[in-house]
Amino acid sequence: MNSRIWERFTPAQRLARFTIYLAVVLALVVSLRTVQIVPEFLYDAPTQMADMFTRMWPPDIAHYKGGVHEALVESMHIAGMGTILALILSLPVALLAAKNITPVPILNWLARLILVSSRSVNTLVWAILFVAVFGPGALAGTIAIGFRSIGFCGKLLGEALEECNKGPVEALKAAGAPWPSIFLKAYWPQVSPAFWGITLFRWDINVRESAVIGLVGAGGIGMALDTAINLFRWTHVSLILLCIFTVVILAEIVVTKIRERII
Amino acid sequence: MTSSSNNGNGGETSRSLIVKDLVKAYVPGKPVLKNISFEVRGRSTVAIIGPSGTGKSTLLRCINRLIDPTSGTITVAGHEITRLSGRNLRLARHHVGMVFQEFNLVERLSVIENVLCGRLGFVPVWRAWLRKFEQHDIDRAFELLDMVGLTDFATERADALSGGQRQRVGIARAVMQNPDVIMADEPTSSLDPKTSVEIMELLNDFSKAHDIPVLINIHDVNLAKRFADRVIGMSMGSIVFDGPPAELSDHHLKQIYGGEGWLS
Repeated sequence: MNSRIWERFTPAQRLARFTIYLAVVLALVVSLRTVQIVPEFLYDAPTQMADMFTRMWPPDIAHYKGGVHEALVESMHIAGMGTILALILSLPVALLAAKNITPVPILNWLARLILVSSRSVNTLVWAILFVAVFGPGALAGTIAIGFRSIGFCGKLLGEALEECNKGPVEALKAAGAPWPSIFLKAYWPQVSPAFWGITLFRWDINVRESAVIGLVGAGGIGMALDTAINLFRWTHVSLILLCIFTVVILAEIVVTKIRERII
Repeated sequence: MTSSSNNGNGGETSRSLIVKDLVKAYVPGKPVLKNISFEVRGRSTVAIIGPSGTGKSTLLRCINRLIDPTSGTITVAGHEITRLSGRNLRLARHHVGMVFQEFNLVERLSVIENVLCGRLGFVPVWRAWLRKFEQHDIDRAFELLDMVGLTDFATERADALSGGQRQRVGIARAVMQNPDVIMADEPTSSLDPKTSVEIMELLNDFSKAHDIPVLINIHDVNLAKRFADRVIGMSMGSIVFDGPPAELSDHHLKQIYGGEGWLS
C-alpha cells in the first residue's frame, strides 16, 4: 500500500499564501520610497526636542485656574454626554443588527451600514463636519463623539446579543411571555455586563478623544491647547499636556475599578 | 390551588392533551414525526422513550408550538392550538409548562425571579420590567420553592446552584404557569442517578397534587418503568408501543431501539 500523504496546505493555498507575503513586502518597499526623509531634519531632531523641553519646563501651574480648568471640565462633559448620546442611539441599531433578534436580512444590512459608516469616519472628521453645522463649541464636539461611538457600541452590543444563550429565550417563549418581557428577562440579563463594560470602555476612549477634537474647534481642552501652541506659550502647553495625561490615567483607574465590580 | 388564571375552560375539559395524526417534516417528504396520535387526561405520568433522533424532542416542541407541525391537530385543555398565531398562541402556551434538559434558567437572575418568570405570560411588561410582581404570585413562588426544597436559595443567583437544584427551579417555574400539561424534555439527562430519581419523584408529586398530565422524554428505560403510569415507545418517528410499563418487554425494547446486545 502506498504511504498516505498529508500536507497542511493544498498547492493552491500555498500559492495564495506566497502571493500575500509578496504583496506585503512590495507594499513596504513602495511606501518606504514615498516617505521622503530629509536627512538634515532627522539629524537635527534630538536638538529640537531638547530645545522644546527646555522651553516647556517648568509647566505654568498658576495658569490652571485661569484657563485650563474650565476647558478640562468642558472636555469631560463632552466625553460624558457624547457617551450617553451614543448609548441611546446605539441600542436600537444593535437590536436591528443582531440576526437572532431581527431575523430580517435587509434590516440587519441597514444596521450594519449605519455601524460601519459611523466607525469609518474618524472623530476628528465628524468634529469638523459638526463644527461646520453647529458652529465651534462643545455641542459640535458632543455630537461628533456620540456619532463616532454609535458604531463602536452598536457593533459590540449587537455581537453580545447574538452570542446569547438561546435556552432561557426558548423557556420564556414556551411560558407564553410577550416579546418585550422575553427581551427584558432573557436577553438583557445576559448582555447587561457587556453593555456596561462597552459603555465604560467607550467613555474611557472618549475622554482621550475629547481632548483632541478641540484642535478643530469642537470645544474642550483641545481648544486651549491649540491656542497655547499658536501663541508659543510652551509652559502652558506642557501644563495642558500634563492635565490631559492625569485625567486619562484617572479615567483608566476608575473604569478598571467599576468593571471589576459589575462583571 | 390557585386556578384563577386558568381562564376559559371552567375546569371541565382541562388537564388534557389530545394529539391527532401529528406530522412534522423539516424537509418536505422526509417526515420526522409520522402520524403520531395519543391522548392523555388528568393525573398521569407518561414516559416517551426511543433512540436519539427519533423525534421525541420535536414532538414535545410541536405541542407548545416552539416548532410548527406540518399537519395534524393538537388540543390542549379543550382548545385546538395547531393553527394559532401571535397573541392567541402566547395565551395557549400558558397552559403548557415545559422543563428542559439544560434547565434553561436565566443564570444572572435570582432563583425566585426565575420561578416568577413562569408568570411572564400573564404579567404586563411594565410589571416584569420594574419587578413589581403581584403579591399572590410572589406568595405562590415561595410556596413552590418550599415544595422543591429551595427556600433558603430564593435570593441566590441561579448560576450558584447545582444541576439538580437548577432543575428543581425549572420545575417550579413550569408549575408556576399553573399549566394543564407539563412537558419535560429529558429532564434527568444532565443529572446524576440519585438526583435523577429525586427529579422524577418531584414531577410525579406535582402530577398527583394538581391532576396534571406529565409528559417526559427520557433515555433511562428503568427510570421510565419505575415512575411512569404509561410508556410510549417511539421509533423512526412512529409510536411502536403504548401501554403500561409492566407490559413493556424486551421484545418491545428491541423493536424501539434495535439490536439486543445492550439488553442483559
